[in-house]
Amino acid sequence: MSSSKQALAHPAPGSGAAPGHQPGAARGGRGTPAPGTSSWRSRLYRWDMKASPYAFISPFFIIFGAFGLIPLLYTAWYSLHNVQLSSLDHKTWAGLDNYRNLLSSDFFWNALKNTFTIGLISTVPQLLMAIGIAHLLNYRLRGSTVWRVVMLTPYATSVAAATLVFTLLYSWDGGMVNWLLHFVGVDAINWRESTWGSQFAVSSIVIWRWTGYNALIYLAAMQAIPADLYESAAIDGANRWQQFRHVTIPQLRPTILFTVVVSTIGATQLFGEPLLFGGVSGSKGGSEHQYQTLGLYMYDQGWIIGNLGKASAIAWSMFLILLIVAAINLLFTRRLRKSQ
Amino acid sequence: MRTSTRRSHRLMALAAVAALTTGVLAGCSSDSDGTSSNASDSGKGKTTLTVGTFGVFGYKQAGLYDEYMKLHPNITIKEDVTTRTDVYWPKVLTRLQAGAGTDDIQAIEVGNITEAVQTQADKFVDLGKDVDKSQWLPWKNAQATTKDGKQIGLGTDTGPMAICYRKDLFQKAGLPTDRTQLANLWKGDWSKYVNVGKDYMKKAPKGTKFVDSASSVYNAAIGGESQRYYDKDGNVIWDKSTGVKAAWNAAMAVATSNMSAKLKQFDPTWDQGFANASFATVACPAWMMGYIQEKSGTAGSGKWDVAAAPTAANWGGSFLGVPTASKHQADAVALAKWLTAPEQQEKVFAKQASFPSTPAAYPNLKPAAATTAYFSNAPITQIFSDSAKTIPVQVFGIKDQPIGTAITDVGILQVEQKGKTPAQGWSAATKEIKDVLGQ
Repeated sequence: MSSSKQALAHPAPGSGAAPGHQPGAARGGRGTPAPGTSSWRSRLYRWDMKASPYAFISPFFIIFGAFGLIPLLYTAWYSLHNVQLSSLDHKTWAGLDNYRNLLSSDFFWNALKNTFTIGLISTVPQLLMAIGIAHLLNYRLRGSTVWRVVMLTPYATSVAAATLVFTLLYSWDGGMVNWLLHFVGVDAINWRESTWGSQFAVSSIVIWRWTGYNALIYLAAMQAIPADLYESAAIDGANRWQQFRHVTIPQLRPTILFTVVVSTIGATQLFGEPLLFGGVSGSKGGSEHQYQTLGLYMYDQGWIIGNLGKASAIAWSMFLILLIVAAINLLFTRRLRKSQ
Repeated sequence: MRTSTRRSHRLMALAAVAALTTGVLAGCSSDSDGTSSNASDSGKGKTTLTVGTFGVFGYKQAGLYDEYMKLHPNITIKEDVTTRTDVYWPKVLTRLQAGAGTDDIQAIEVGNITEAVQTQADKFVDLGKDVDKSQWLPWKNAQATTKDGKQIGLGTDTGPMAICYRKDLFQKAGLPTDRTQLANLWKGDWSKYVNVGKDYMKKAPKGTKFVDSASSVYNAAIGGESQRYYDKDGNVIWDKSTGVKAAWNAAMAVATSNMSAKLKQFDPTWDQGFANASFATVACPAWMMGYIQEKSGTAGSGKWDVAAAPTAANWGGSFLGVPTASKHQADAVALAKWLTAPEQQEKVFAKQASFPSTPAAYPNLKPAAATTAYFSNAPITQIFSDSAKTIPVQVFGIKDQPIGTAITDVGILQVEQKGKTPAQGWSAATKEIKDVLGQ
């Protein structure tokens, strides 16, 4: 906080003609015109000093207001009404009915559970693999840039293209995954309709797309670890694995926390992959909703079925869940800081 | 001097920031108008009409826009295509109600027409006054007309149904391959069609099934029933509907047997099924003819044939409406009338076999030579127009589409792919539909 105050105060003297301790003094130092003009000027100047920073940061907040805050509040208002997509102007007050509906709806709890399990089986392996890969990339390799670029390519492909390919790979009849499995004597799995199969398949798309991205973040953090830490560890007789566990991981802690937070948010909002994986009427998330995430459930209710009030209630529930997740994360961070 | 330039710099920066933000904000408010008609009225009294469609309507492909622009040099037509209906329709609904951003002509799918008639009628121009209604099939007009007689859409195509089948596979399975013989074999009842399927499976060529999916049988069967999900007064009767029962039973007979390839229609795997000839029959509305040709490819040419379906049924079809928000209503109405006139519907049929909703066109229908050859010179026109003329008048409701999806993609799919019993599938569909209806 104090540093930012200094930063703001710093340009003040420099902007006057003569250096001074106070902006007012700098003005006075120039000292030719009548005192009236001078005070007017200094007031303008002070106003300028106070207002400009806000003006400069305002674009973000204006855009956030227009596209984030107002829709957010409007959605909250909608969630308290019975609103149908086909008659937006005739909404009727419903109080907390939509929320009560959700709490008693199996579909909602199912979507919440799916979001959680898919989030778990996509985030955990993803981050573990990312650390491993980052560690490998951190060695001196021939053509290291090439490897790093290759790692990032999945992240650069579109969700739609990636999911389309994965859908074909996982297709029940003649898909490559089932073809490979038959060599090890596993019967064809109906990846889309089986519960675990579909959740695994959706997770694998997420893992494929985001591992490289996280690996690069870890790699950047790893390269900032001072080399002498490794040297002294080596002198103490630590092997590579011990170095990784006792030097690299502790040094990566803040970065790991960051990626966990970002991945958690991403997992809560998971939408595109399951929607496209489902193909036609993919918003159902399978015939038993076995991979319908909260995002899909919201979309299905709002845009396919046309019940915008309920969809808004789902949106707000997701928001509240994210707040809870954020609170848990905060607690963890505090714990980690204290333990350090 | 120095201070003043500095200040002017700063003022300029402020002004720039202000201009940028207002620009961005203004941008989002005027964006919706951009897609609408006033986008390019600039050039010498030229009017630009936009036509909002989904899927492939075939107007552009059949050269109709170009033809109209040649006839009316002051009109420019732009098509605004959305591939999927389930993305297209919510967008249209919100734009209609916002009173901005709609196209001058907006296509409406039959699954959405009741919702449009019952909830959006005041947002559409009454087209019934300016046209000779007798041009269209009576039920087609009825679907787009409100209780007080306002017609919000003009019929484009319909989806009369037939059975497309692979002659080569039928022959290998020891079944008759003649189209009239087959049609007589399953005439009048979908359970007879299922029986043919049982015969097929006794000697089925390796790696093939009789039908693509149980859902396609359901869709075909329900398309021939007068009672669907709603009664005439708009009450939901799906659980008591005789039509739903009959179609469900036919689908269950397929789902619980081994005759289905268990594909999901319009999935990439379904396309592969066409290419690999992994199923022998598919219930095909007229508009699917082009799809089959494309997906089966040249290898399927001359091997497909077309026979009349067990019952005269309709699947799909659309309407063109003119939103009142259009800035060129008169021009848009003229274009909509022209596009849906029998002569133009004939041309679309010749291009991609979308079947006209105007009986006047039926005697003159000529499918593309390639299509006829592809389907073993079957009398496609005859088969489809016979079906179109005898389709029962069907009552649709507001949530027709989500209810249908709940039955096919939840109920039937669970039985077909997850090995649930028909009773379990039915109760899953019931639960889903209750959720759809907010009960």
